Amino acid sequence: MSQQSPAARAPQTPESRETAQSHTAGEPRVRAEWPLYEVFVRGKRGLNHVHVGSLHAPDDEMALRHARDVYTRRNEGVSIWVVRSSDIAASSPDEKDPLFAPSGDKVYRHPTFYDIPADVPHM
Amino acid sequence: MTDTTTRTREGVDDAGLQSQFDATIEHGDRIEPRDWMPPGYRRTLVRQVAQHAHSEIIGMQPEGAWVGRAPSLRRKAILLAKVQDEAGHGLYLYSACETLGVSRGELTEKLLSGEQKYSSIFNYPALSYADVGTIGWLVDGAAICNQVPLCRTSYGPYGRAMIRICKEESFHQRQGFELLMTMMRGTDEQRAMVQESVDRFWWPALMMFGPPDADSPNSAQSMAWGIKRNSNDELRQRFVDMTVPQAEALGVRLPDPQLRWNPERGAHDFGQPDWAEFAQVVRGNGPCNAQRIAHRRKAHDEGAWVREAALAYAERQLRAQGGPA
Repeated sequence: MSQQSPAARAPQTPESRETAQSHTAGEPRVRAEWPLYEVFVRGKRGLNHVHVGSLHAPDDEMALRHARDVYTRRNEGVSIWVVRSSDIAASSPDEKDPLFAPSGDKVYRHPTFYDIPADVPHM
Repeated sequence: MTDTTTRTREGVDDAGLQSQFDATIEHGDRIEPRDWMPPGYRRTLVRQVAQHAHSEIIGMQPEGAWVGRAPSLRRKAILLAKVQDEAGHGLYLYSACETLGVSRGELTEKLLSGEQKYSSIFNYPALSYADVGTIGWLVDGAAICNQVPLCRTSYGPYGRAMIRICKEESFHQRQGFELLMTMMRGTDEQRAMVQESVDRFWWPALMMFGPPDADSPNSAQSMAWGIKRNSNDELRQRFVDMTVPQAEALGVRLPDPQLRWNPERGAHDFGQPDWAEFAQVVRGNGPCNAQRIAHRRKAHDEGAWVREAALAYAERQLRAQGGPA
């Protein structure tokens, strides 16, 4: 049902990889790019962490420091999570219907399925 | 469950994917990174978002040069915060662009090689300290006009980046206006500096909205895809109408003899910028094109050892913990 892939992003096309290589071809050393991290910020106490974007960093600690500077310059958060994009498993968009459809046909899961007389209080 | 999945995959051919995409746009819903999208939509977005990101990064230069020369600690702190924001905006946009399947390294290469552009406004120099104010007022003002409608653009990550950016741009414009107001309350010489600065930046600011609609061949497709929400000329008109009363409040003259209120249209009539000059600047022949890219390249090259050292340190830490090399 799920597949190991960078969260919420398009797979790199062979085309784009080729372009990246052709630009570095003439250079003596292979340029390593810092890995990509996804950033989640808790806006204030009582709220969930919410995905706010991504950034590149050499390791977890630097990812946190960069996330603080890039995504919380104006009190946008009280807590930050960072996770390597490659470590997130995501559902595939093709599977949208089979994955999520069942909850729609189980109408008895919703309170409106049950008829209760209008004069019954607090229901 | 497995059967359903197989059937869905086989049943959805290119035409099906296209009609799903069209329906999403039609409903005003957002396209998200892993959705199928027409190759032209992806290409247009990569070009536009990359150009936008590059503009933020190159845009740090004209004002960055004034950080050390700002006249007080207060003004230095404000300018430093603003230039740091521009870097942040560039990073939000690179992050959005990378969801389209391009890498950050690739985007940097394409900026440095000139294959991807940035806004032509940053190829004009910031010659006096008044320019810091004018850039905040007019250049960021024009950017806000462009960016507010982009918060509703059809590509989710781009729209979300724009929302974050727009929240911060208002500070940029207001600090610029306040700086100019302070100078206008100063000496005759300071007032003349402000007027001279506005005279230089007015026309390039109008060019920021791009060529007239009739000469903007990609606009119609971008609007059909919901990437752009307003035409270049609509946004330019909106900017002029917003700016005229601000100029009056400030006591500066906008350098356009044709500028006047047209009661029939309920809008200002105004002259056209020099589109030949615009074409020259876009082609690379503006006053600062070479300098801007040379500076960016130098910063990138001189930072290489920091990026490499940080990576080497991270790898060594990982090995020391017994993790994979």
